[in-house]
Amino acid sequence: MTAVELPQTVTPPAAPAKPAGLFRTAWTFPQAKVGAALTLVVVLIALLGPWLGPVLTGHTTTDFAGKPFKPDGIAGTDGLGRDVLTRFLAGGTTLLLYAVLATALGIVLGALLGMVAGYGGGRLDSFLMRGNDVLLSFPQLVIALLAIAVIGPEGWLLVLVIGLTHAPRTARVTRQATVAVRGNDYIRAAEMYAVPRGQILLREILPNITGPLMVELGLRLTYSIGYIASLSFLGLGIQPPAADWGLMINENRIALVVQPWGVLLPVLAIAALTVGTNLVADSLASAAAGRKREARA
Amino acid sequence: MNTLEVTDLAVRTTDGARVLDAVSFAVAPGEVLALVGESGSGKTTAGLAALGHFRRGLVSAGGSVTIRPRGGDPVDVLTLDVASRRRLRGSTVAYIPQDPALSLNPSVRIGVQIAEVLETHSYPGTVSDRVAEVLAEVGLPADEAALRRYPHQLSGGQQQRVGIAMAFACRPSVVVLDEPTTGLDVLTQALVLKTVRELCSEHGVAALYITHDLAVVAELADRVAVMYRGDIVESDAVERLLRHPQHPYTRRLLDAVPDLDEPGGATPPAREPVLAAKSVSVSYGQNVVLRGVDVSVAAGECLMLLGESGSGKTTLSQCIAGLTRSYSGTVALDGTALAPSTRRRSDEQRRRVQYVFQSPFSSLNPRKTVAQSIEVPLMRLTDLSRAQRRERVGEMLDRVRLGRALANRLPEQLSGGERQRAAIARALVTTPDVLVCDEVTSALDVSVQATIVELLGELRRELGMALLFVTHNIALAREVADRIAVLRHGEIVEVGTVDDVLRSPSHPYTRSLLEATPRL
Repeated sequence: MTAVELPQTVTPPAAPAKPAGLFRTAWTFPQAKVGAALTLVVVLIALLGPWLGPVLTGHTTTDFAGKPFKPDGIAGTDGLGRDVLTRFLAGGTTLLLYAVLATALGIVLGALLGMVAGYGGGRLDSFLMRGNDVLLSFPQLVIALLAIAVIGPEGWLLVLVIGLTHAPRTARVTRQATVAVRGNDYIRAAEMYAVPRGQILLREILPNITGPLMVELGLRLTYSIGYIASLSFLGLGIQPPAADWGLMINENRIALVVQPWGVLLPVLAIAALTVGTNLVADSLASAAAGRKREARA
Repeated sequence: MNTLEVTDLAVRTTDGARVLDAVSFAVAPGEVLALVGESGSGKTTAGLAALGHFRRGLVSAGGSVTIRPRGGDPVDVLTLDVASRRRLRGSTVAYIPQDPALSLNPSVRIGVQIAEVLETHSYPGTVSDRVAEVLAEVGLPADEAALRRYPHQLSGGQQQRVGIAMAFACRPSVVVLDEPTTGLDVLTQALVLKTVRELCSEHGVAALYITHDLAVVAELADRVAVMYRGDIVESDAVERLLRHPQHPYTRRLLDAVPDLDEPGGATPPAREPVLAAKSVSVSYGQNVVLRGVDVSVAAGECLMLLGESGSGKTTLSQCIAGLTRSYSGTVALDGTALAPSTRRRSDEQRRRVQYVFQSPFSSLNPRKTVAQSIEVPLMRLTDLSRAQRRERVGEMLDRVRLGRALANRLPEQLSGGERQRAAIARALVTTPDVLVCDEVTSALDVSVQATIVELLGELRRELGMALLFVTHNIALAREVADRIAVLRHGEIVEVGTVDDVLRSPSHPYTRSLLEATPRL
């Protein structure tokens, strides 16, 4: 069995193209672009708004700008005569900050929990996942309401409660992805070289489950925004007199017919943000599924 | 009059890249034409074109595919619309896929699945009679109980025969077989090949047999067409092509086929075993996988551990490598018993016993470069500095003939053979004393298999390590091994030098394996 040399063909041994990354693949979907644009607009408003508002309108978020519920200025006034546009521009920062923090907390905790359960397997897996199921049986908002009712409407509590209630949901997804990766021989190879378990989780498994985790990140961000806005609307989130979109909807809803801007602006912003992040998450999910299909083919 | 005639068929990708270039071949009734080539040579594309099917991303770019059904007018498949092509498939042209387990619906009883083919093509006779008849033709029982089985209740060979039964159910004029025996062991493969040959000659079916294995071709085909990079480079009657190959590529393919009959070298003198497994037993619940197996390998020696799927050969090699948690018996390195799990072995023990996994498609982390993967054992098991590790990785890449230029590639950017070389480099980078290779060539083409086997032999001579070569393919014995141990149902049934075992096998199982192995 000897190798006979074949006449070499002229093609140089150029490196085959690296397969397009998850984000690049996702970006080819139109809904990803729409989603990213919507998200970007709202994020810009939330970040620049507190500075932009007083410059544009000459009012602060709390000073008296005119009679209650009058169409003065660009977007009118609210029930206490404060300028709606200024309050709208300033009202997204806290919401966005809390949502990002809560999402990060939930994803990190959930991913760790899911990877440990999925890689550990056996009794550890059963124990963690059954505990997880118990937590999953409570609606997120109910747990949040309970915690805030007992301790009070604190910002850190909002982040903590929403982050913690995200974790079991992320853990489920991560565990599933980990189990799919765990059976591969490269994990066994790492075990054979006695690579510490923590390193196996972070270096061998984590890079191979970024697809589902990215999708989960987008989805959880969407939920975080929704829950924080809902809690503020219920008066259990960000407290008056601070400007906040959820709170503004509640404060201004009685005058919806007379002065709709106080409700419409924050509603549109929250809708654009949740729809935007969701579209991005969606296209990431499609891209991840597509790559999986290709890997199988 | 040929039943299938492919003339100047050209196929391109939708981006315009050439896949097939003016490929022509013809198959007469009752004849088997083998289409031979390695992965990516376009053989499957050419075969599927006979069905008027092009995989996603491929388009036909000229030529014709003419089929003359029995007692019908010739049709050019490529000019038909989608609906007519669909009517043609299964009735006039049938396809037998590579993996029967994937092509049978796991939740439909096999009787129903075969009947479905007949009903779809509105079979004129009684469907249930034809189902029983065709099952008998492929050598499967056709009683009520057999018809009510689900695919998972059948063995791999039986599943493939169900696939063949479905293909032959409507009495097609042409069948396309896409490597139908690749996943089967030699005994089952021999049975399936016999079934195919009989069916084709009895019913005058023109068969297109796609494969990369020339030894199988020698057993089955009448004529051979060799494909290389989208062209047919050589085509001839099987005898003439195998005896007098014209094209260099055909010669390379022929040389890559392992030869069982060439006389072996001198038997190496017996030495102290470096690794010895003594009365190793493993059972999962009621299922006994290994019963008191003894094997040993000396330094510089290669022992071939031969067994079919389910014989326990992978379990045994994983016991040795420390990948199984519990077994009874001992695995000793230089007389010192090793712990069952690698986590409990010392770094030095882990360094000295290395393991290469079966599939290079799963044994390398897809998110790590080749160099990163090879560096892991050095990081874990040695005290080398970063620069020294880099240097060792580079040396090893040269040694397995990959070259340092590939160090920063991801596994996805490498071919199967290149990936397996990288996996071997990872196992050898810490200069082990014992290398366990678990079916390392079974996921690779025959020509790639030859280069990997050659590489392992060279490295064994250069580095003087003991090699435990686990395989189901007895044909490789002459190429790699000094001694053979035959494993069957968890027991060693025969051990001996390669010459002794091949010339005078003492166990009936070894004899039947040798008889069933296709030869040129």
